[in-house]
Amino acid sequence: MAVDLNNPGSLMTTRLRQAVNWGRKYSLWPIPYGTACCAIEFMASVSSYHDLSRYGAELVRFSPRQSDLMIVAGTISYKQAPILKTIYAQMCEPKWVIAMGVCASSGGFYKNYGTLQGIDRVIPTDIYVAGCPPTPENLFHGLLQLQAKIEKEGLVPSEERHGERAREAGR
Amino acid sequence: MSERLVKALRQEFGEDVLGHEAFRGDHHVRVPRERLLDVLGHLKHREGCQMLGDVIGVDHPERSERFDVVYYVRSVERPEQLWVTVGAEEGQSVPSATSLWKSANVHEREVYDLFGVPFSGHPDLRRILCHHEFEGHALRKDYPIEQGQELSRSEKLFSDHDLERAAHRASLARHPEGTGDEIMASDLLTVNLGPSHPAMHGCLRAEVLLDGETIVEARTEIGYLHRCFEKEAEDHTWAQVMPYTDRLNYCSPMLNNVIYAMAVERMLGVEVTERCRVIRVIVCELSRIIDHLVCVGTNLVDMGALTMYWYTFNVREAMYQIIEGLCGSRLTTNYARIGGLSHDLYPGFEEEVRSKLAMLETSIHEVVKLAARNRIFLDRTVGIGAISKADAISHGFTGPCLRACGVEYDARKLHPYLGYEDYEFDVPSGVDGDTHSRIMVRLAEMVQSKRIIEQALDRLPSGPINVDDARVILPPKRQVYDSIEGVMNQFKLVYEGNQVPAGTAYGFGEGANGELGFYCISDGSGRPYRIKVRPPCFAIFGAFPDLVEGGMIADAIAALGSINIIAGELDR
Repeated sequence: MAVDLNNPGSLMTTRLRQAVNWGRKYSLWPIPYGTACCAIEFMASVSSYHDLSRYGAELVRFSPRQSDLMIVAGTISYKQAPILKTIYAQMCEPKWVIAMGVCASSGGFYKNYGTLQGIDRVIPTDIYVAGCPPTPENLFHGLLQLQAKIEKEGLVPSEERHGERAREAGR
Repeated sequence: MSERLVKALRQEFGEDVLGHEAFRGDHHVRVPRERLLDVLGHLKHREGCQMLGDVIGVDHPERSERFDVVYYVRSVERPEQLWVTVGAEEGQSVPSATSLWKSANVHEREVYDLFGVPFSGHPDLRRILCHHEFEGHALRKDYPIEQGQELSRSEKLFSDHDLERAAHRASLARHPEGTGDEIMASDLLTVNLGPSHPAMHGCLRAEVLLDGETIVEARTEIGYLHRCFEKEAEDHTWAQVMPYTDRLNYCSPMLNNVIYAMAVERMLGVEVTERCRVIRVIVCELSRIIDHLVCVGTNLVDMGALTMYWYTFNVREAMYQIIEGLCGSRLTTNYARIGGLSHDLYPGFEEEVRSKLAMLETSIHEVVKLAARNRIFLDRTVGIGAISKADAISHGFTGPCLRACGVEYDARKLHPYLGYEDYEFDVPSGVDGDTHSRIMVRLAEMVQSKRIIEQALDRLPSGPINVDDARVILPPKRQVYDSIEGVMNQFKLVYEGNQVPAGTAYGFGEGANGELGFYCISDGSGRPYRIKVRPPCFAIFGAFPDLVEGGMIADAIAALGSINIIAGELDR
């Protein structure tokens, strides 16, 4: 990308992919899929002091149709799993998923009959944020990682990015 | 005090009281199944045990009468509690206590779900925590802990028949004289509030039938956050259960830690040091304040008052810095230890707490100034989601929700622990039991908690925080590195766990939402045989349909916010 700052009328050339991804990464609309303790920390992350909007992801939507980033904050039980899958399927492309905290990532220390051992068993997941629960800083780090990932991505839907699992979940 | 109840039962029922056990001051009586309802009825009507606190299932696979079902009854005026046990073989049913208490409905469903004990005469015996496609009963000793079962699709809560009935009821409500247009089942709108719904507090599900915006009927479904606390507890040593307690009520984890530690200390017969007691009081009250701030803040958002959310959450964030200073993490504190605490206070703790309390006072003042005479707030809360005193007790309400109805039961006053009897504080209560009273009671309680913390800071003694007993608490790291004795003590506690004597005891206290208790059974090994949590929300959420039916849907959300259901604690 090159731009002549002294001449506002000048043209800027770039690759389409880069321009689109640049726009996408700073205008993520997250939908919080909050179920447990992590949701409380997610609330702290969007509140003043920590303030998620500094990273261009402040427009928290509660409708999957309006969002492109799902933040799964909390433990997903087997009872919850079909609902998570449905809501993911309702999101429009392109879409990304952050598993916030160890429960969403792997079941955490709940290795038992009620807890799904990681959301990637039902929906494709882009970023795993460690912590139980992750601090807001930790979540922001995950978000920055996702932004870096989006920047490098081609203009392909998640089915191509994630393969079989995404096709299954989208059904 | 509770011996009196046992004596009264012996007098009334004589030989039918099959057994009586007392351990650490808790009294358990065993009665035959066919006399259960008579005994419970007698306790309720004659002996003043107005509340059914919990129903607990226990599995003893080696016995022919494999299951114990324990009814925990208590008075809300006197410090009297009693546990009534009946046995049941596989497939044998136990008479349901739903005719005596409304709370029996959800508690018995839980025992049915997790142990497979049927209850005869129960109106709605379905699974409650596990999903409807689950096979087997999870808390039986022979069910493997890691055997998860997938669910293909969620259950519908209303059948077509239910819709017809509800439509008929709605028609009658609209035209009591029976004339006018009849409402058809197809006119009713079914709305799923939750488990993933923006306005829902946590992953709860309430399916409501709407006639316009009026709720004709509501049904609830829980268990979406069932993380199997009780099964996990049986799989760990007593000390290892502590981090799991953090995640019960994750808005006030310190309270869970302290009350769990107290329960195990009660089993062990250990007294903690004076400094530990005072610090525990401080952290408990701080947690109570944080919990109430979250509840009130989010509840006001339900009514569109976003400003109040910022006011309350700023203080909460400030208080988290204290918690973080104490134990290194914000939410999952894991702070208490059996016999003490994980860390002592940090330098400058007292000044910091005092300054944050001053912030709290300003914030409460601001919230009250904005809300108390606000027309919208009053219209949305006064008389909405109300429950009568008698119904609240029958549903097993405790904590701020019960006190909002005018029953001044507070475990800190009725069964003082941690030296609460030496602190001056009032128990705020309301009259109407509506959303408004519940919010106001919580605001007033924060002021009382502040008073308690200030008194505790004034009297904070110096000295050790942990008991000096290597069988109870891990030795200091220095000792472990430097002496063989220290290594041995550490090794034994970590590998074998605390050697809790065989017996059954109930350790409880006043959680942020009400009476939080741990009913612990030990068989003398290093692991709990069974831990049953009495989460205050569980009983309260059972009353949710009663609170909202007939009201507007928007008010249902506000009412839900005011009863402060925390899914982690509700589903465990």
